Amino acid sequence: MSTTAVKQEGPATVASAPTIGSHVRGYFRRVRGGDIGALPAVAGLLVLCTIFSIMRPSFLTAGNFANLFTQGAAVTLIAMGLVFVLLLGEIDLSAGFASGVCAAVLANVITVLGHPWYVAVLAAVLTGLVIGTSLGLLVAKVGIPSFVVTLAGFLAFQGVVLLLMEEGRNISVRDPVLVAIANRNLPPTLGWALAALAVAGFAAVQLLRYRKRAARGLINDPLAMVLARIGVLAVVLGVAVYVLNLERSRNVLISSLKGVPIVVPIIAVLLVIWTFVLQRTSYGRHIYAVGGNKEAARRAGINVDRIRISVFVICSTMAAVGGIVAASRANSVDPNTGGSNVLLYAVGAAVIGGTSLFGGKGRVLDAVLGGAVVAVIDNGMGLMGYSPGVKYVVTGVVLLLAASVDALSRRRAAATGNR
Amino acid sequence: MSATPLLELRGIDKSFGPVQVLRDVALSAYPGEVTALVGDNGAGKSTLVKCISGIYPTDAGKFLFDGRPVSINSPRDAASLGIEVVYQDLALCDNLDIVQNMFLGREKRSGIVLDEPTMEQMAAETLAGLSVRTVKSLRQHVSSLSGGQRQTVAIAKAVLWNSKVVILDEPTAALGVAQTAQVLELVRRLADSGLAVVLISHNMNDVFAVSDRIAALYLGQMVAQVKTTDITHAQIVELITAGRTGTLGLTADTGGNGNGSAPAGPQHRGGMA
Repeated sequence: MSTTAVKQEGPATVASAPTIGSHVRGYFRRVRGGDIGALPAVAGLLVLCTIFSIMRPSFLTAGNFANLFTQGAAVTLIAMGLVFVLLLGEIDLSAGFASGVCAAVLANVITVLGHPWYVAVLAAVLTGLVIGTSLGLLVAKVGIPSFVVTLAGFLAFQGVVLLLMEEGRNISVRDPVLVAIANRNLPPTLGWALAALAVAGFAAVQLLRYRKRAARGLINDPLAMVLARIGVLAVVLGVAVYVLNLERSRNVLISSLKGVPIVVPIIAVLLVIWTFVLQRTSYGRHIYAVGGNKEAARRAGINVDRIRISVFVICSTMAAVGGIVAASRANSVDPNTGGSNVLLYAVGAAVIGGTSLFGGKGRVLDAVLGGAVVAVIDNGMGLMGYSPGVKYVVTGVVLLLAASVDALSRRRAAATGNR
Repeated sequence: MSATPLLELRGIDKSFGPVQVLRDVALSAYPGEVTALVGDNGAGKSTLVKCISGIYPTDAGKFLFDGRPVSINSPRDAASLGIEVVYQDLALCDNLDIVQNMFLGREKRSGIVLDEPTMEQMAAETLAGLSVRTVKSLRQHVSSLSGGQRQTVAIAKAVLWNSKVVILDEPTAALGVAQTAQVLELVRRLADSGLAVVLISHNMNDVFAVSDRIAALYLGQMVAQVKTTDITHAQIVELITAGRTGTLGLTADTGGNGNGSAPAGPQHRGGMA
């Protein structure tokens, strides 16, 4: 039997080991090919911070830096959950008011019913679980488009918040533990210790992986690249903790105000957990697969419906966490908690960070980077004294801009056959 | 026919409502050989493949695997026997890399953590075993691959699991000349490594280039299964379009109103072999 002979040139599957140079070239090639990742978020952050610092010197103070974290925390947490839904190419428009419902449950349980804080937190998170399961079942099992299901949820949850608030009264949250989440800071030494722990942990994971791959003779990133990553994290965390540990109080004699806001390590821990789930477990791998090619995932034996339900559960549960933080920051819950621009900010944060609205592409870190951009815009424009009207318009424009970047980079990627 | 077929189908019937798509179909796939399955559009090739892979239940007939009777009622049954199908539309995820695609749904884990080094090593070994040299990095996204490379990944995915029978549905349909040649060479290598390969194709050049046997379907009936060396290009085309050629295929007396009559029986299978 004659076979078709083909000349195949080039070395074996294993190409030459990459160098730093090839890494940098590869990065620029990817960016040109439409795979821009977090570039718009990082660039936007630098540009915005520069502009605001020049126009309002008060922007660049330790006090305002700390404010950014507490202001952006709730939106960032909701956006982290939204990343999961967006990875499947679905949307959850109800996430904002779902956080409102959970916050209302929290306030009712702790203030009206008088239970301890952990019962209230548990009740809020359970509420999120129930909301997410219902949304997921309606989308995956009944087959209603997620846009419609969550738009209905958006309206209904708004009503539920009103009902839980007894027609519009707000409920205050006075529990010291809950209030501390967004209003208190870690002792400076603990801040340093946690930062050191984070860097050490990251370094251990990175170096261990490097050694494991080297032992198997697999292609590895150059060691310098690995060390550079660890170094960048150490510098970023070091600077952040240093600035946050500066004295922010106007009058030290009355009260001292310094340290990392408690909400920062909460976000960091959730970021690590969800990143681990998405990148290092088969469940996470299956989420990407369903987002990339649902039919391929089904044929590979993945239970697509279960994945679709689970992302809505994660999204609504993270919305509950966001609602708790929002309630903590405001010391109260009112009918507008989780309303107005919270959802748009959260979707914007995920998309600005580089998560695609078309599914299959995104990271939890995107939500944090995008959340920082949104917080800077909100904070900076507040300092400049713009009216809420201008703020809304600008936020809408930024969201459109991010979505355009997403769509255009996707088109460019299709044209260059790159992702 | 010296060796026993690895996969043998006998008397397979399949209807969708009133439409009988497969009629008493017999097919044998031998280890170390490429069996080409040819037939016009609507002849029942895809239906037959879906019956073998367990997606469609059959109405009648039996499967023999390595001489033993088996029942295939779900894709899982087929996979556990070692039957893998590479579909025409490939079923790869563009946003995942080569290793991730090859292990999709069957990831190697240590505890709850994905065992990436093991998977990457196994993928590299599989591709090396198939003498695939055209892939630059195992960690590149599938979207950045050419059509031939994607086909290669899909085939490598199918052979990764110690499969014994690999069914390829039109693997060269969307490929250019050079890539077609690459994929055909890979198909040949699969058979040479001892697998039973079933190749569905419309392209007679491909069929004659790589196959050891040709099975021709005509309106849901298996009209011939012959050695490639015993048949000419023109005869195959005749089998595909008319259901018979010379002494092969539907016999003259039944062939005239072939649809309603008893199909070509075992006396035709093997033909002049």
